Amino acid sequence: MPTRSGQLSVAGHLSVTGLCRRFGEVVALDEVSLDIAPGELLTILGPSGSGKTTLLKVVAGFEKPDAGRVSVDGQDITAMPPARRDIGMVFQNYALFPHLTVAGNVAFPLEMRNVGRAEVARRVGETLALVELAGYGERLPRQLSGGQQQRVALARAIVFNPRLLLLDEPFGALDRKLRETMQLEVRRLQKRLGLTTIFITHDQEEALVLSDRIAVMNRGAIQQVAGTMEIYERPANDFVADFVGESNIFHGTLTEPGIVTLSSGRRLLVNRDGKVGDRLGVLMRPERFADKGANGFAAEVVEAVYLGASLKLRLACEDGLELVVRQPARGKLPVAGQRLEVGIDADAIHVF
Amino acid sequence: MSRRLLVVACAAIYLFLMLPLMVVFPISLSSAPYMQFPPPGLSWQWYDRFFDDPQWLDATWRSLYIGSATAGLALALGVPLSFSLVRGRFAGRALLDRLALAPVIVPTIVLSVSVYGLFAKLKLIGAWYGLVVAHTVLALPFVVLVMGAGLRDFDRSLEQAAEGLGASRWRTLRRVTLPLLRPSLVSAGLLAFISSFDELVVALFLAGPNMTLPKKMFDNILMEIDPTIAAVSVMQILLVVLVLVLIGRFGRGLGGANMSGSAR
Repeated sequence: MPTRSGQLSVAGHLSVTGLCRRFGEVVALDEVSLDIAPGELLTILGPSGSGKTTLLKVVAGFEKPDAGRVSVDGQDITAMPPARRDIGMVFQNYALFPHLTVAGNVAFPLEMRNVGRAEVARRVGETLALVELAGYGERLPRQLSGGQQQRVALARAIVFNPRLLLLDEPFGALDRKLRETMQLEVRRLQKRLGLTTIFITHDQEEALVLSDRIAVMNRGAIQQVAGTMEIYERPANDFVADFVGESNIFHGTLTEPGIVTLSSGRRLLVNRDGKVGDRLGVLMRPERFADKGANGFAAEVVEAVYLGASLKLRLACEDGLELVVRQPARGKLPVAGQRLEVGIDADAIHVF
Repeated sequence: MSRRLLVVACAAIYLFLMLPLMVVFPISLSSAPYMQFPPPGLSWQWYDRFFDDPQWLDATWRSLYIGSATAGLALALGVPLSFSLVRGRFAGRALLDRLALAPVIVPTIVLSVSVYGLFAKLKLIGAWYGLVVAHTVLALPFVVLVMGAGLRDFDRSLEQAAEGLGASRWRTLRRVTLPLLRPSLVSAGLLAFISSFDELVVALFLAGPNMTLPKKMFDNILMEIDPTIAAVSVMQILLVVLVLVLIGRFGRGLGGANMSGSAR
């Protein structure tokens, strides 16, 4: 068994091609292909049942694909047993060994690689210090808090310098404050070690915080792979637009260059040329509305929700259009029943 | 009011269960040469009698090693069986699951007679290992029940974690699965031991001249009733209590998934 004892992680280049996996009638993976650059953190974002966990299991080797290929640095590992893949994984419930101490847990992957005792002790100590758990080595996992257990799980997953780090919804069990702290910490550590990382979540906010790129999955298929800003600003389809962030999505027809006409007859000025007659989707993010704009909407406030930093308004326009709008919460706040006008510029509207 | 009634009812039930012990313990220390309650005086003579009689010691020793061998054999067969029953996906698994518990359902006397017929042909009557085989059949359901409960509660992501971290199947079993199942293993082994150590009916048929402790007690009651039997009972009860305490301390029952305090 090869032991790689170098200090620097050897970040791997992961590539999956044409992965398919069915469970009876359910298609968990539908021709999934992805390329993840060395040192990159890619988030797989999707609702439960979208196939993201299956994808992770296939990469880790716990699940065999019906078709397709997984390779790291050009080496095909599709048929390789999990034990030989050199992939670190943090499980949803951490999966710490309850009968081993913290140090015993972190030492486990090194012992499996027949690393010498002194070397094991040194690297366990280093890695525990890295996750700020120096001095906790002799405790049992159940004596630690949730956040500490997660750090142990993380230490155990990186102590053997894996080629790849997989994180399976690791923050789900933590309360909000701790979750935010851990997210930033994981991100800092991942960057510092230059680990190629796949992170799985159904929480779009979390995905935006952590990722270099996001792959949005639905029904076993990848909907879009792009940088965080691109995903939010320029989603590829309805599903991505709806799943990531709040949105106002409408459909219409390009009636002349730069103008989409909605079914209600409303004409929207947009930055889009193209073939007249094309059916198009229109996305307006709630926070992109202002008091005035190239497109004006006269509307009645249906509901006003005060959220501290902002005000969330549900508006009903005269032509039946319903809008969700966010405004900074200052000055005199609108109330339900009040009439007001909002506007949005052409370049704040995304057409897809 | 109803609460007081409950306390009274429970006390009555306990008293009923404990009454024999409250008779047996004093009689075992009796100074009288026959069963008499309350005993006229105290002495250790019946314990002395037990330890001076090679037949009693012989029977005790035999029961101990037959019980241990039964526990070992029942674990060796029952643990892999439990694994396949809980984790396996094969045709007839449900049937095998019921079958594994059959020895509890079939009356012991029926089992004894049929095993006697078989062992008579095989010339296994009177052989201690014959009795071990028969007792293993009776002990197997305990092992399957206890190990099955332990395995069903087992978090398999721990095994995946181990494999993902570089452990082969075999090392995962040795370093993660079995250590975590140790409470179940302890309970299953000790229960198998008790089931053999206390067993009379099968022993009556199969033991032949080689007495186990329950059979020796049975014969003793038929021949001559003296307080030695009480002394033996007391020691047997204490041993079983000790085993139950061990199960409580290091083992795990059939019930909940409570793992706390079990990993040491």
